[in-house]
Amino acid sequence: MPISRRTALKVVLGGAAAAVATPVTASTPIAAPADAVGLLYDTTKCIGCKACVSACREANGLEPDTTWSEGRYHAPLDLSARAKTVVKLYDDGARSSFVKAQCMHCLDPACANACMLGAFKKREYGIVSYDVTYCIGCRYCEVACPYGVPKFEWAKAAPRMVKCELCNHRLAQGRQPACTEVCPRQAVIFGRREDLLREARSRLAAYPNIYVQKIYGETDGGGTQCLYISHVPFDKIGLPALGEESTASLQRTIQHSIYKGFAAPVALYGLLGAVMLRNRRGGGEPS
Amino acid sequence: MVSRREFVRLCTMAGAAVGLSATAVSQIVEAAAKGLKPSLVWLHFQECTGCTESLLRTSHPGIADVILDLVSLDYHETLFAAAGHQAEAALQDTIRKNAGKYICVVEGAIPTKDGGIYCQVGGRTAVDILNDVGSKAGAVIAIGSCASWGGIPSAEPNPTGATGVPMILKGKPVVTLPGCPPNPYNFLGVALQYATLGTLPKLDELGRPAFAYGRTIHEHCPRRAHFDAGRFAEKFGDEGHREGYCLYKLGCKGPMTHANCSTLAFGEVVDCWPIGIGHPCVGCTEQAVAFRIPMHTTVPIDRPTPPDTYPPVHAAQGSISPVATAVAGIIGGAVIGAGYVASRRIDDKDTPEARE
Amino acid sequence: MMPDARPVGGPILTRPFRVLLALFSIAAVLIVFRLATGLGRITAMNDGYPWGLWIAFDVVTGTALACGGYAVALLVYVLNKGRYHPLVRPAVLTSALGYTLAGVGVALDIGRWWNIWRVPLFVWRWNLNSVLLEVALCIMAYTFVLWIELSPAFLERAERTSVAWLKRVAARTRPMIEKALLWVIALGILLPTMHQSSLGALMLIAGPRLHPLWNTGWLPLLFLLSCTAMGYAVVVFEATLSSWLFRREPERRMLADLSQAIVPLGTAYVALRLLDIAGRGQLPALFAFDLYSVMTLVELALVVAAVGLLLGDARRQRLGNLFRAAMLFMLAGSVYRFDTYLVAFRPGAHWSYFPSVGEILVTVGLVAGELMAFVLIVKLFPILTLEKRHAAYHH
Repeated sequence: MPISRRTALKVVLGGAAAAVATPVTASTPIAAPADAVGLLYDTTKCIGCKACVSACREANGLEPDTTWSEGRYHAPLDLSARAKTVVKLYDDGARSSFVKAQCMHCLDPACANACMLGAFKKREYGIVSYDVTYCIGCRYCEVACPYGVPKFEWAKAAPRMVKCELCNHRLAQGRQPACTEVCPRQAVIFGRREDLLREARSRLAAYPNIYVQKIYGETDGGGTQCLYISHVPFDKIGLPALGEESTASLQRTIQHSIYKGFAAPVALYGLLGAVMLRNRRGGGEPS
Repeated sequence: MVSRREFVRLCTMAGAAVGLSATAVSQIVEAAAKGLKPSLVWLHFQECTGCTESLLRTSHPGIADVILDLVSLDYHETLFAAAGHQAEAALQDTIRKNAGKYICVVEGAIPTKDGGIYCQVGGRTAVDILNDVGSKAGAVIAIGSCASWGGIPSAEPNPTGATGVPMILKGKPVVTLPGCPPNPYNFLGVALQYATLGTLPKLDELGRPAFAYGRTIHEHCPRRAHFDAGRFAEKFGDEGHREGYCLYKLGCKGPMTHANCSTLAFGEVVDCWPIGIGHPCVGCTEQAVAFRIPMHTTVPIDRPTPPDTYPPVHAAQGSISPVATAVAGIIGGAVIGAGYVASRRIDDKDTPEARE
Repeated sequence: MMPDARPVGGPILTRPFRVLLALFSIAAVLIVFRLATGLGRITAMNDGYPWGLWIAFDVVTGTALACGGYAVALLVYVLNKGRYHPLVRPAVLTSALGYTLAGVGVALDIGRWWNIWRVPLFVWRWNLNSVLLEVALCIMAYTFVLWIELSPAFLERAERTSVAWLKRVAARTRPMIEKALLWVIALGILLPTMHQSSLGALMLIAGPRLHPLWNTGWLPLLFLLSCTAMGYAVVVFEATLSSWLFRREPERRMLADLSQAIVPLGTAYVALRLLDIAGRGQLPALFAFDLYSVMTLVELALVVAAVGLLLGDARRQRLGNLFRAAMLFMLAGSVYRFDTYLVAFRPGAHWSYFPSVGEILVTVGLVAGELMAFVLIVKLFPILTLEKRHAAYHH
């Protein structure tokens, strides 16, 4: 049955449009791995001594980040290529809180979702770790992370991505991460995610007038392995309000609904070939 | 003559000053009571006698008590009553009688240029005297920076080739106690430990006792909190200086200098040391620093740790270069402008005749 | 075969060419510096804005501006409008050069560029969830396809050379390529459809960090619509400019009819954007008259202006109009992409970024290089099908 050119075009472009226009549906959230470990940071216990910042730098063999201290101290302004953790201060005159920032080790990490060859990947204990062999330094992970965690070594000709990896080199020796080992007030503690959640819940229940009644990271952005409980609103200490679905999941839904694996591209290719063959045999408009 | 009670008190003080245990103190008392006072030979070379003067100002124990009750000072050019051939004879006598057992203390640098003629005592060069007396000693202690590594005589251009004891006396452990002057209690601790226990304290690779030189001044400075909080004296006599703030910006060598001046008072007077009176540390114990790096030149910091200031939750970063903005604007404008001009020219070429 | 395509001929080292060469040389020096010292010294990118001018312009906008080959192929091979055939080669050349420039831009921008060979080869490491992987593979493949599509032009020239072995190789290769050309061209339509839409999907991973005026599941379709229209716009732009600069007769009728395609595509784009913004309750944001609102309105206004200039046969008959409309749409699509990647991306109000002088000079130099290559190739190889202008209209 001969197909008119108009019909052919409609089919091809309509198919493509339909594919890219399929509405988004939510997918099942990713659960925490069975051996998931993480951190619980309690703002009410932190005294801002920054022992964790020093210990982290030493344990990871990083050069001091002296950019903002006239070359004198390791005093990072923010997470950077030389600072895998940092302690910041929120102070609005009435209320104040310290906040320790580091990788959240998300259950459905945007960085791992983004990374083309899996340099960033969720590996043992659910830790999102970095394998430089497959990194091309495209920084898509930096674009992806809702917390702005992965940092790039701008100053190097052979740069890497840098972020907290929960001291997995120390975990392998049966030791804790450096920050939790050195904290004098146990403001940040290390443990299995389920244990940390239980501990956090008991603290929230014991002091309902002190804590904001939410464990940040329980479900935020799909859930994280580094959890926070706080006496000030979370957005004040730099933890963004994220829905329960991770951005990675949202993006995957859109992309897979368009591509349906390789089915859609293959089908489109076949269709194009068929139309063009027919055109060649049938002859076209006069030139 | 001193009573036993006083004597024990003396030994306790001396021991306490340098952290010897109670057991060690009782051993000192025993040994001294037996009359077994160790022999001590003190050599002077290119020195200002400041180290001896420093020692003269101790009171816990006082030098007089040390000389009379705890050691047998068999040769000391400053404190000796004897002189000339008599003194030299005493020296030869001592080192023969106590060979392998006496403590040889060296004060002052040893010149090595031109055969070492720039310091001679009794016709012998310092090098020869040191090799003679030092080699036969039980323990060699180089007191002061001059004896430890050359000190002020070795400052550029070092015309006499002044150098320290460890560089000359090879094959023998030399305890060095750099400082200009050194804290006398560091010396007393080492000397008394050797005299009573026959051992030397733990030394670092330069021969310095770890109990005194294991930390930098920066690590135990009373003004460290000001450094961490970023409070500095910028000029002598300014507000910060008068408030007693950190002297790092005035050239303090504390971060590079190993010594215990901040915790062991000189002359038992608290704050009787440079930083205590408001002058930056000059690094007098360190060969790389003293008399080499100018006093008021700042130095880099080893092992930096964070200060007492905090970044905000959202710190402003990144910048917008006005030059780049201008360049971008010019290029963008030029491209759009050229495009528009080109389109008008195309319009002009596009006459009705051309269109047929 | 393109019997009417001919090398334009003429001297290569004209003054404009030398200016372009100078600009390219500056960029070359800066590129060596960048390779030796890393990205931080020469660019102003930072951890708040890890992607800057080189990605937003050289790669994303550059490839969209290089969609001429895609757009014309759709017209000629799918819709079977054979009379636009003479436009195919120059469009494919522009595309090939544009994608090659984008490839150079990517290689410069990524930090560990020596690892890039792992991307197509390490199949078992492919993260099929990564949109960037799909974009990278498609672009690599499409660049290759474009040069293959273009190769008959070079082979035709090679067949006329005096070098014997070259002539033989060309004579044997050309029929092989021409036989497979249909399947190559089909790939040349499939691949851009995939990666140009994915270039839209690419920014979806930024999630809440992408401003609501741009953050929509319709990004892939919007990018596809605009890049297709940009393809037609670039073809009109390039054809009009070439005929004016090389003093040839422009194919008026063809260009007037071709430019019509921009109208439905542009209209669909504007309609979809407005419906999407309204449907997600973001109309207040559109009229907030802050930076985001103004940029969106500018994007839409540029499209409307371009489409307006092409409504009605009378307007399309004026070459100047066609040229202006083409430029307006190219600008509209470029601004849309700049906005999606740099303006809509909000790492936080505390971060600032503006391309450094180094970044700007490298981009300018690379574009100069692309223009140089274009001029060189059309002068030496049978790409353009242009009749000499009537003598009366030389100036």
